[in-house]
Amino acid sequence: MIRQVMDDAGDQMNEGPEFSVEDTGDDRGVTLRGVLSIHIVSRLYAALDALPTQDTRVDLSDVTHLDTAGAWSILCLERRLQSAGQTLDITGASRTAAQLIETVRNALPDPQEAEDGKRSLVDRLEGFGRSVTGAAGYVLALVNYLGLFVARLGRSIRHPSTFRMTALVHHCQEVGLKAVPIVSLMAFLIGVVLAFQGSAQLRQFGAEVFVVDLIAISILRELGILLTSIIVAGRTASAFTAAIGSMKMREEIDAMRTLGLDPAMVLFVPRILALVLMLPILGLIASVMGLLGGAVMSWVELGISPAMFRTRLVEGTDVSHVMVGMVKAPVFALIIGIIGCHAGMQVESNAESLGRQTSNAVVAAIFAVIVADAGFSIFFAQLGI
Amino acid sequence: MDKETDIVIRVQGLRNAFGTHVVHEDLDIEVRRGEIIGVVGGSGTGKSVLLRTIAGLQRPTAGSVDVLGVDVLNADEQTRSALEARWGVMFQDGALFSSLTVRENVEVPMRAIDGLNPDIRRHLADLKISLTGLPYLAGDKYPSELSGGMRKRAGLARTLALDPEIVFLDEPTAGLDPIGATAFDNLIKGLSEAMGLTVFLVTHDLDTLHAVCDRIAVLAEKKVLVTGTMQEMLRVDHPWVHDYFHGPRARAALDATEQDQG
Repeated sequence: MIRQVMDDAGDQMNEGPEFSVEDTGDDRGVTLRGVLSIHIVSRLYAALDALPTQDTRVDLSDVTHLDTAGAWSILCLERRLQSAGQTLDITGASRTAAQLIETVRNALPDPQEAEDGKRSLVDRLEGFGRSVTGAAGYVLALVNYLGLFVARLGRSIRHPSTFRMTALVHHCQEVGLKAVPIVSLMAFLIGVVLAFQGSAQLRQFGAEVFVVDLIAISILRELGILLTSIIVAGRTASAFTAAIGSMKMREEIDAMRTLGLDPAMVLFVPRILALVLMLPILGLIASVMGLLGGAVMSWVELGISPAMFRTRLVEGTDVSHVMVGMVKAPVFALIIGIIGCHAGMQVESNAESLGRQTSNAVVAAIFAVIVADAGFSIFFAQLGI
Repeated sequence: MDKETDIVIRVQGLRNAFGTHVVHEDLDIEVRRGEIIGVVGGSGTGKSVLLRTIAGLQRPTAGSVDVLGVDVLNADEQTRSALEARWGVMFQDGALFSSLTVRENVEVPMRAIDGLNPDIRRHLADLKISLTGLPYLAGDKYPSELSGGMRKRAGLARTLALDPEIVFLDEPTAGLDPIGATAFDNLIKGLSEAMGLTVFLVTHDLDTLHAVCDRIAVLAEKKVLVTGTMQEMLRVDHPWVHDYFHGPRARAALDATEQDQG
């Protein structure tokens, strides 16, 4: 004899849904009462799951509301009994409840095993191999885009009418002019920091005046252009990816192709060319601002007058340092532009991939610029410049 | 509560305007419990705006909106969130969260329920996915891996997660092939009967209107011009309504329905 009474009306603190599971006293029956909804389904399921496995009759005539979750719990009991060769007799269901139970019964899913999630050693090895070839493929794809850019640039020199001058000017403004304030401020502060830190160290040897050489060489050779490139990579590579990626997402790129417009010609050439033209100028501005910041700090901190700073700068710093710095700018510009455009073309038709590719483009561009800078350092050291 | 409890949505004197462009002016509409009402109208007549207004996503400049006896526009936070659990909205392309799998999408509304065992929640999500006619393994997929028709079904599964009383559907069959659209029509009709749903349906699809809608409301001239059954629509002699329900496409849809029934 089942003497199991679950009355939930009592332990419901607030005026939540009430339900109860009671045996009918004849050992084979269960009466359900109240609201059988998703709010109490956990307890309803547990109560039904505790019933012994035997032929059972469920009376639903006192059920005031039944939703799919309630019907599901009853059908789970039915399944359990049926798999043990027993039966469940559902009685007293209203017409709508019976219809709902029937619909849910027909829809009751058969759990299927998804593919095995475990990874063997071979799988891991395969994954590793794939990511290595993937990285190599990425570099190859970038080289491909570089070739595409150069080829399209060559075509626009042979056929100047296909060249988009307005777009080039627009992108020069976006990439170059609008970046001047942030790049100037950054370089000025870097000059200040170098002078401040350098003076503290050099004063110990009484070699304060060499702070000018320290500032000039580090800014002109390295920091001016490298930090400018990093800022531009963050600003512009992401803008390229977002602009081209959203066009890709909305099938505008495909529309261009069907209209006989070459996306490389229309989108890549003006953007990358603008970057190649503007980055050296931004680098030069950054170098000048960096020297200015260094001069101001040297005057304040070490008492090196601007005139003395200038004399020392002209005497002690060879113009080759400027050349070494500036020659890197177009290369960095190509790297940033190509990575940005390539990432834009990898965007798929969902918003998530647009965000992912944009952040990938920035990370890849900054990383590639630093790697290229290291390459230049080794190259110039070997040449002895 | 409402005196006539069979009215679940009552909109009165609604006015919607974007800047100087007036979309709705003095619009009234009533929806009865358990019916499937189809809202039709030309492009730009504000069908979706009406749906968004009733669902509380758009604030009208004037008028009142009562849903299940609650004044949607002036209800406090708590009443509103209790009401929102009693209706579901399905957007045009499903509006599934792209970073979650289909099953996780369906589980999102269920997470708001206290004390729901995660295992049972998962089973219930699987049940809802299966109810909308998706295969079991679709639950593990991400929305971007599904076809347009499957995304709509998954969107419907999420809409039905908490067994709402009212379901708002925005162009449920737009962009589906005729077979997929017919299957979706049957799904809506079947589920609304089995679960006792009231369905508020915005559509352009004449076949859907014929196949599933109990009543049709025509939006034109900034208000609900007429409301009634398909047979009543055919007798209206307003020029736009006449063209809509007597055009070649409407005829074809009507013939198809008659053949089905006869």
